[in-house]
Amino acid sequence: MKQLPLFPEQASTIAGRVDALFYFLLIITGFLSLLVVLLIIYFAIKYHRRSEAERPRPVEGSLPLEILWTVFTFGLFMVMFFWGASIYSTLAHPPEDALDIYVIGKQWMWKFQHSGGQREINELHIPVDRPIKLIMSSQDVIHDVFVPAFRVKGDVIPGRYTTLWFQATKPGTYHLFCAEYCGTQHSGMIGRVIVMEPAQYQAWLSGNVIQQAGALTPSPVMTGEAPTSGTPQGSTSPAGVTTGMAPGSAAPLAEAPGTGAAEGSLASAGEKLFRDLGCITCHRLGTQGRGPNLVGIFGKSIALQNGETVVADENYLRESILHPQAKIVAGFQPIMPPYEGRLSEEELIQLIAYIKSLK
Amino acid sequence: MIVDRVEPRENYLNADYGIKSWLLTTDHKRIALLYLVSVTLFFFVGGVFAVLIRLELLTPQGDLVQAETYNKLFTMHGVTMIFFFLIPAIPAVLGNFLVPLMIGARDLAFPRLNLASWYFFILGGLIAIWAILAGGVDTGWTFYTPYSSSYSTTYVAVTILGIFLSGFSSIFTGLNFIVTIHRMRAPGLTWFRLPLFIWSLYATSVIIVLGTPVVAITLLLVAVERILRVGIFDPALGGDPLLFQHLFWFYSHPAVYIMVLPAMGVISELVATFSRKNIFGYRFVAFASVAIAVLGFLVWAHHMFVAGLSVYGAMIFSFLSYFVAVPSAIKVFNWTATLYKGSISYQTPMLYAFGFIGLFTIGGVTGLFLASLGIDVHVTDTYFVVAHFHYIMVGGTIMAYLGGLHYWWPKISGRMYPEGWAKLGALVIFIGFNLTFFPQFVLGYLGMPRRYYAYPDEFQVLNVMSSAGASILGVGYLLPMIYLIWSMRYGPRASSNPWPATGLEWRTPSPPPTENFKETPVVTWEPYEFRPREEMEVIGKLNINDESG
Repeated sequence: MKQLPLFPEQASTIAGRVDALFYFLLIITGFLSLLVVLLIIYFAIKYHRRSEAERPRPVEGSLPLEILWTVFTFGLFMVMFFWGASIYSTLAHPPEDALDIYVIGKQWMWKFQHSGGQREINELHIPVDRPIKLIMSSQDVIHDVFVPAFRVKGDVIPGRYTTLWFQATKPGTYHLFCAEYCGTQHSGMIGRVIVMEPAQYQAWLSGNVIQQAGALTPSPVMTGEAPTSGTPQGSTSPAGVTTGMAPGSAAPLAEAPGTGAAEGSLASAGEKLFRDLGCITCHRLGTQGRGPNLVGIFGKSIALQNGETVVADENYLRESILHPQAKIVAGFQPIMPPYEGRLSEEELIQLIAYIKSLK
Repeated sequence: MIVDRVEPRENYLNADYGIKSWLLTTDHKRIALLYLVSVTLFFFVGGVFAVLIRLELLTPQGDLVQAETYNKLFTMHGVTMIFFFLIPAIPAVLGNFLVPLMIGARDLAFPRLNLASWYFFILGGLIAIWAILAGGVDTGWTFYTPYSSSYSTTYVAVTILGIFLSGFSSIFTGLNFIVTIHRMRAPGLTWFRLPLFIWSLYATSVIIVLGTPVVAITLLLVAVERILRVGIFDPALGGDPLLFQHLFWFYSHPAVYIMVLPAMGVISELVATFSRKNIFGYRFVAFASVAIAVLGFLVWAHHMFVAGLSVYGAMIFSFLSYFVAVPSAIKVFNWTATLYKGSISYQTPMLYAFGFIGLFTIGGVTGLFLASLGIDVHVTDTYFVVAHFHYIMVGGTIMAYLGGLHYWWPKISGRMYPEGWAKLGALVIFIGFNLTFFPQFVLGYLGMPRRYYAYPDEFQVLNVMSSAGASILGVGYLLPMIYLIWSMRYGPRASSNPWPATGLEWRTPSPPPTENFKETPVVTWEPYEFRPREEMEVIGKLNINDESG
């Protein structure tokens, strides 16, 4: 029945596990609630007051009974807790080989950037049966990526990266909602996730780049891009600027393109930026300069000046670009200027993609 | 049944006349009535917004109002209902009226502070209403930053001022209850002889006094960031957007217990009286209130499972959320067990108590779904959450509030209400409520996000069901208002103890005199001590003077 659906579609590897737990809770809590209700109805009928003067002898309580239902309830809750926590743990640890896709939330649209440089708005094309890791940030307020068919959701927060991963199991088109209230057009900030067979996906990737480089047309935007008036500090770029994207011709699927990043890819844009901003003068590639050598740094533990260590993930790289003084690497001077306010979210993503590609 | 026919006699209602005698009163009973009138007003303001929201959601396109208007509607619905109805309803109306009566005191410890508390409440409420009339506010009642602090162009700061002032009202009431319950109990009324309603209000007051200042300061910081552009929550100014959520939920999760603990207290009174039994496991129920109050402060971050908490942080908060659910479950089991071998009558307050247990159970078990990390990720920020918190906060709190209002109405007004109409009202509300909110669980599981004014077509049937239920629910809420007002003039006069119940409040005339008790009662009996029939025959009528123990 299309008009009255009761169960959402299952289209990711985690969906079945979430549903199994959901049905388990439904059955257990349904059974216990029904038991309580039936007991109440039974008592209410059996012990219905028969005369106004009736005064029953009180039953004061029972310690064994109290202990029994406390322990039983707590035990049952612990099953729910551990089961739910194990699913959450899976959701929190993306597989190593996941395909990175960058997401920027903005009032009121979704901007996606693939490693190969392909960009789209409010549409996300992904291959089936392949883990996808979204690295998400917001340009303004808090948003939230929510794909019900995948049973995943994750806040998109300004000023930091959050991640979300999933692996789609069947080709198709699925709802993508913004689930965190973000202002006037919140309910219009929706999109589609288009899951494709790997071959189709490859074709889409190259076609997307050619089309964009040639005609400079963005992917179809489902909802009206409302003007961003009313935002005090405004947005860094008006809606639609993203049409000037992805220069260069057809790029192969960028799989960690290395130092000489494929032309048109995110990493190559980052490489150009890295030179233009002069990062290269201190962060010399392969040799030690005034700044730390960045080759192979991503994902490693880094010793800091203050004796702590930190994992060089996206958030650390972001912080070190915007606020270099926050966590100084051991053995280096705090001489790097802060880039806060000088880089757009897109440029940050390009720089980080470039640093990630240095292997 | 006791009949006292010494009328017309002086009571708190006719002791003094004129508007000034009400607006300047320090009598807790009159202040309770001031609250009754004002929260009812706010309930109807919030209710009008609810009706508009449900009308808008009849169709998927969002054709009744514009998105901007819709966002203001759900924000003001939430703000009005939570801060100006649900939080004050039971403590400020029933609590104010009953705390001194139930513990055998003449008034609250600080009568003038009590009056000041009502003025802060009204001032806060009027400012909030002014913000609505001036143009409204669109941040959602949760005021998430940086939207509320940097982006919204609506009347955020004014609304926050209104909430901030009403917070003082809560704090004053909470302080007053704590001191009163500690210091002013009648001779012989030990802690374990207190009615469970008093226990629940005591636990609630502790939450209010500890939690309210946190939300007040947090909201003030939002206003400071908006007005002075100081970076607190907005990363563009150097702030932390999640800091707000931690601070906000530190109060706002316990706030749910501010609404539902007093409700549980009322239900304990109703179940005891209408089954003529002491609550099964009285001490467990009393301690469960305290446990909920304490544990309620440790679970705030379960509202943030998808906001990028660390895995272990999330697990700790999930674990603690299950922990706090245990005492709630215990209460439901104890109420059920109380019925065993009772003498159960189905009068209106008891119907509300049954309704409460039903709705609270559904709200409670769906809370288990949300506490479970794997499921929460899918259903949080959807209509599943909307349905869940309406079952707990609205289903729970309003069923108990109305049940309590009917139960103590003879004491408050000195009149009985028409039983048939009252039973019909309770039934209509129960049916309307379930029809409104049950479909929303399904909607949420299907993935319909909350705060959407337009939605994909496939969600329409369930939304129409919900809107239809809301119209039934609306009628249900109007019924009690009509017949209760009617009963004030035409209802038959109530005896001092029409049910008959055991609490001290029933040992003074209906309505009570201004000083509550002609002489301070001395308590020599256990709570809810309903005497067996043979003893009743020996000692005669239940009366304060022959309870020599």
